[in-house]
Amino acid sequence: MSGTPDTTGGRAPDHAPRTVVVTSMASDAHTWNLVFLQLLIEELGYRVVNLGPCVPDEVLVEECRDLRPAMVVISSVNGHGYQDGMRVIRRLRAADPLATTPVVVGGKLGVTGDEDSERVAELMAAGFDAVFDDGADPAAALRGFVHSLQAGPPALAGRAPAG
Amino acid sequence: MSEGFGAFVRAHGGEGRLVVQPRMGFGDPHRMREGLAATRAADALTVGTITLDAHTRVGHLQAVERALRDGSDLNGYPIVSHEESVTRWVLSAASGPGFPVQVRHGSAAPADIFRTLTRLGLGASEGGPVSYCLPYGRTPLAESVRNWRESCEVFAGLRERGVEPHLETFGGCMLGQLCPPSQLIAISVLEALFFIRHGVRSVSVSYAQQTHPGQDREAVAALRRLCGELLPTDDWHVVVYAYMGLYPVTEHGAYRLLGQAAELAVASGAERLIVKTVAESRRIPTIEENVAALEYADRTAALTGRAPDPGADTQTYREAAALTEAVLNLHPDIGEALLRAFRAGYLDIPYCLHPDNRGETRGRIGDDGRLLWERTGALPIGRIAGSHRARPVTSAGLLEDLSYMRRRFDEVAVEHRTPLPVPGTRGTGAG
Repeated sequence: MSGTPDTTGGRAPDHAPRTVVVTSMASDAHTWNLVFLQLLIEELGYRVVNLGPCVPDEVLVEECRDLRPAMVVISSVNGHGYQDGMRVIRRLRAADPLATTPVVVGGKLGVTGDEDSERVAELMAAGFDAVFDDGADPAAALRGFVHSLQAGPPALAGRAPAG
Repeated sequence: MSEGFGAFVRAHGGEGRLVVQPRMGFGDPHRMREGLAATRAADALTVGTITLDAHTRVGHLQAVERALRDGSDLNGYPIVSHEESVTRWVLSAASGPGFPVQVRHGSAAPADIFRTLTRLGLGASEGGPVSYCLPYGRTPLAESVRNWRESCEVFAGLRERGVEPHLETFGGCMLGQLCPPSQLIAISVLEALFFIRHGVRSVSVSYAQQTHPGQDREAVAALRRLCGELLPTDDWHVVVYAYMGLYPVTEHGAYRLLGQAAELAVASGAERLIVKTVAESRRIPTIEENVAALEYADRTAALTGRAPDPGADTQTYREAAALTEAVLNLHPDIGEALLRAFRAGYLDIPYCLHPDNRGETRGRIGDDGRLLWERTGALPIGRIAGSHRARPVTSAGLLEDLSYMRRRFDEVAVEHRTPLPVPGTRGTGAG
């Protein structure tokens, strides 16, 4: 059944362009955001490799380097999103094949709950392609971003989304 | 020997009285000290909490040091990194006879944390080899079992210093939502047995409020009965957690749900309650919000009576007993039994992404609000649980179940009982 979170991978290289990596970062122990994102992205026509909560930087970089995913979706809800995100994006961008891979981050990025446009700008400048701060409707924002990718470079095109 | 955490809660909670506790943790020692003092001073029967930060939980002490140096916020108190003299100063605000403090952390590799607690003479913590491993990361379960065995043995050494160490299982809270109660109960009891086998003689068992008050009362009754049958000690108590899933965003919703948790705790004879606050859905709560939640829970508890026993032979009890027995029969060493149980699918947490979890089970919310097994995988309860037609899971359907309680409690409609008036809006803007 397509709704079953797949944590093991079953990596076929020929599917790699249509694979999306869903992940948390090292200090973030939350799961439900990741389960939800997996289902959402599967519904948009991609295969998802879900790395789960508390993914160490090395594991994240290694998995992405091996999988060459169409996109990396990082979710952070524990308040360390800014700190973890700044560190992780530099490591991902430093890994050769990931220099231009679309990488997005979303969730609760600080601990105060305040909107923080300065931090969003810093995350973008450090190499993220989109930052979805916990605001209006991050799921809709992500869907919109995926659609814009699908309209973009052919290598990124997934199946036509259902809606 | 000084009165420990377990003895304090058993002396003051239960039989209609409730010890209430926050989940408070701040990186700044001044704020942590202030938080403990405010918890103690609250108009409620309280115990204190020091919740550790996420970097310490996963052993990234360099990240803690960087954050302390840069002045970045940490989401909890870094007990391993702060000087012991600093932590003693923090504790001196409140900790002592009549106000035990529990350290909460969430680590699958907690040996450093337990060594620090033992040096500090801090006698209460929580977690477990399963509940602090599977939901939270990628540490192999076998490693977590080894780490927790060692940590229990380190912690048991506190007795030589005149402190009776106390451990609470986190097994009753697995993933916070959508795990039917019987498996929460089974894991909580199994973790308590694990602690006791490895030298910790004072324990508490957790249960997190789920989606249906009647089912929750059945669950706590089942948990108490199983503990009575299986734990080789009288030194245990039950701690109820206010709902751990998506929390209501409105103030009235948040308080109503907290009130229902306090009612569950008192009605089911639980001794202790971990509260949630109005800020829960948005950010780490302030000290004031925590105090308001503690006082609200205390007042609600005072108005609640013990409910009639739902009877011992409920489906929840039968499932929990079958799960526990099947696991215990796998191996005389309980750590090994837990490993075999997850390999065989005798324990299998719905939606848990950990590589050592089979991931063949699903829970869902039924039409009456009870949590049901949608798929039982290889759990040895197929015949007791009955079968429900499994539906494909969609992101929208999952979100609907995940936000069921938030939706219901944020609605303005008031139930038959009139809840206590919601406290004033103090504390807003203090975050």
